[in-house]
Amino acid sequence: MNVGDPAAPVLSVRELRVWYGTERGPVRAVDGVSFDVRPGETLGLVGESGCGKSTLGRGILGLLPSGSATDGSVRFHDRELVGLRQSEMRAMRGAEMGLIFQEPMTRLDPLMRISEHFAETLHAHEPDLSRQQIDSRSIDTLRRMGIPPTRYRHYPHEFSGGMRQRIMIALALVLQPAFVVADEPTTALDVLVEAQILAILHDLKRNFDTALLLITHNLGIVAEACERVAVMYAGKIVEEGDARQVFSEPAHPYTRELLRSTISLSTTELHYIPGAPPDLVDPPSGCSFHPRCPNAMQVCPRIDPVEVRTPMGERVSCWLHGPEPLIPPGGTAPLQRQELARADEA
Amino acid sequence: MPTKPDNVLDDDTPATAEGSRPIVLDVRDLQVHFALRGGFADRLLGRSSGSVKAVDGVSFTLHRGEVLGLVGESGSGKTTTARALLGLAPITGGSVVFDAGAAAGGRIELTHLRERQFRSLRQKIQLVFQDPHASLNPAMDLATAVAHPLKIHKVTADRAEIDRRVRDAFERVGLSPAERYLRKFPADLSGGQKQRAVLARAIMLNPALLVADEPVSMLDMSVRAKILELMLDLKRDLELTYVYVTHDLATAKFFCDTIAIMYLGRIVEIGPAAQIYEDPKHPYTRSLLAAIPEPDPRRSVTRNLPRGEVPDAARPPMGCSFHPRCPAAFAPCGWEARDVQALLEQRWTDISEQQYETERVTVGGPVELEVDGELGRRALLPDGKSGSGAAVALLDEMRSADPDEPFWRGVQAMQPRPDGVELTFREPVDPALLQHGSVRVACHLHDPRFAAQPAVPPAVKEPSENDTTS
Repeated sequence: MNVGDPAAPVLSVRELRVWYGTERGPVRAVDGVSFDVRPGETLGLVGESGCGKSTLGRGILGLLPSGSATDGSVRFHDRELVGLRQSEMRAMRGAEMGLIFQEPMTRLDPLMRISEHFAETLHAHEPDLSRQQIDSRSIDTLRRMGIPPTRYRHYPHEFSGGMRQRIMIALALVLQPAFVVADEPTTALDVLVEAQILAILHDLKRNFDTALLLITHNLGIVAEACERVAVMYAGKIVEEGDARQVFSEPAHPYTRELLRSTISLSTTELHYIPGAPPDLVDPPSGCSFHPRCPNAMQVCPRIDPVEVRTPMGERVSCWLHGPEPLIPPGGTAPLQRQELARADEA
Repeated sequence: MPTKPDNVLDDDTPATAEGSRPIVLDVRDLQVHFALRGGFADRLLGRSSGSVKAVDGVSFTLHRGEVLGLVGESGSGKTTTARALLGLAPITGGSVVFDAGAAAGGRIELTHLRERQFRSLRQKIQLVFQDPHASLNPAMDLATAVAHPLKIHKVTADRAEIDRRVRDAFERVGLSPAERYLRKFPADLSGGQKQRAVLARAIMLNPALLVADEPVSMLDMSVRAKILELMLDLKRDLELTYVYVTHDLATAKFFCDTIAIMYLGRIVEIGPAAQIYEDPKHPYTRSLLAAIPEPDPRRSVTRNLPRGEVPDAARPPMGCSFHPRCPAAFAPCGWEARDVQALLEQRWTDISEQQYETERVTVGGPVELEVDGELGRRALLPDGKSGSGAAVALLDEMRSADPDEPFWRGVQAMQPRPDGVELTFREPVDPALLQHGSVRVACHLHDPRFAAQPAVPPAVKEPSENDTTS
């Protein structure tokens, strides 16, 4: 592994596209996505269901189903992953890149002790380890997840849901991967346990120096655990930047509307985004958010938005932020739209 | 859709302070206990192996048009309570009286109803599940699905009447124009649209009470508010009464008039929603509030979260069930032998591997939970190979390392013995729901009997901006 420059990204994704073939035509689930993740950094990936978040996470790890096609570039430490053979990808996964699933209940083998899960994982990737080294490393990782060493030889059913998710995280981290994808890791858990797991993810940087891509639909979770956030809509990243900045001054209307519709204790009035995310077989022309956007202008359905950097350093793809020379005359006039049928309200 | 008859306020209906709105549901000391089967030998000898008290003495009253939130984690008994109202969980004690008005059959005691009688009652009490996708038959188009209750309950066979009522329900839930949706299948719809269809089906029979079990938690954040608003509109237009089951106090805040916080089968705090949010009294309520993620990084984290998870309902903790997790627990909360093991395990996750290996030898085995035939209030921590007195030394060190640990407030005596150290705990006291202004709370912190105790602990940290680090 070449980690010369500490600020060099662990993972560099450029113009990544993922299609699924369907009877109605290709679904462009990920449509030209670019971002970097640096060592020890947590990047939150948010958006509604059907925006391509999970496909993006799995696409990076090469875990897409057959019938999908990938194009673009994913560089993991100087190594290109797109186009790698399945066997090469398998050797990278686990050892260098990990995945934490949503459902901790179904991912552990009920007939195997926790110790055996760790032994299997470590044995597959580091066959030279001795029995004692395996135990010592596993127990140490479990302990950092808050699982006492006395429980090392227990079976999965002897643990609660939150404990099992801790074990899953420990299993992903015991190989010391440089990059981990966590796909909705707390969705199946209770609020208090969710908060405990978020605290663990929040401390990953300090404890493991692991870079994390945290996929979630809950902006509250991003605010708790992530330094940076990327907002995804219809297969594209529409805004990306420092989490504090994005949350306090969202540049893209979609980010702003998502924030307003998140229900938390400080919410004073209910708000929602009209309509639903588009069909990715045939997304709307121009900016795909324009049919739901309260700020839509004449230019929005006609020309694809261009990515610009705001003065605060966020990347945003929205004509509200220009670039002005590319907007045709009269393009900034508000877009006249027919009323959404009530039916289209999700 | 026919509205409710006007003469529902008959003389038998108890008038109340709630603007004299009639009581729709009166639950008194509801119990749902499941007997454990135990091993083969137990069954052969007819020995009882105890029971899981999924719901253990829950009482509340619901007036017409009111929304009650049953809030708690998995295993708190909130869903079992809701299911018992529909006869989907066996009521083993207490009383549940449902009263949809004289025209709907007057007061009905649910406790001893047979399944067949429950079936007809479910015209008046409807249930909405968490997962709209699983609640709809994928092979049934929406019009058929929404008309299904009319068929099952043999309300009408008149095609024109069925069609009229289905269209009316579609329009009411915002699946409009209805033509566009009548022949669609669940797979063609988004999650929010599916939940609308489920609501259309639920209001088809003109129910009085709707039990909604986490109706928005499977939905995207961007549509949750829409579905909650729709449910509030339906409530107003159709004079519905809701029981809203959720683990999320943030959505409950917008939806409920009354909140009941449940933990391990019991209500630990109940009162008007505004009061609960403004001044949460039970440490568990405070924890639930503090755990809600705030979408504002400037206000986030460093919370005093309870450790661990909801314990096994088959072996509930002594005293207050919440005491092993409670940051504010003190002497009478029910400290017991099992807590010693938990405390040791907690310590062993924090110390180094080397130190753990040493201490594991110091302690001669698992904590003995039964001392001289007494279970619970006494514990024996046996000495290991390091010889006599090692266990007591370990406990002393643990105490000095973390003197604020609530556990120590419950230890009455630590007595060295030849084979280890014996701990005796203070008498556990079961907290009762006590009235505090407009709320009732089951917590010794708010019990005047313990107010004068010298070891009153510091208050639980508030989820306020003061203790945030940014």
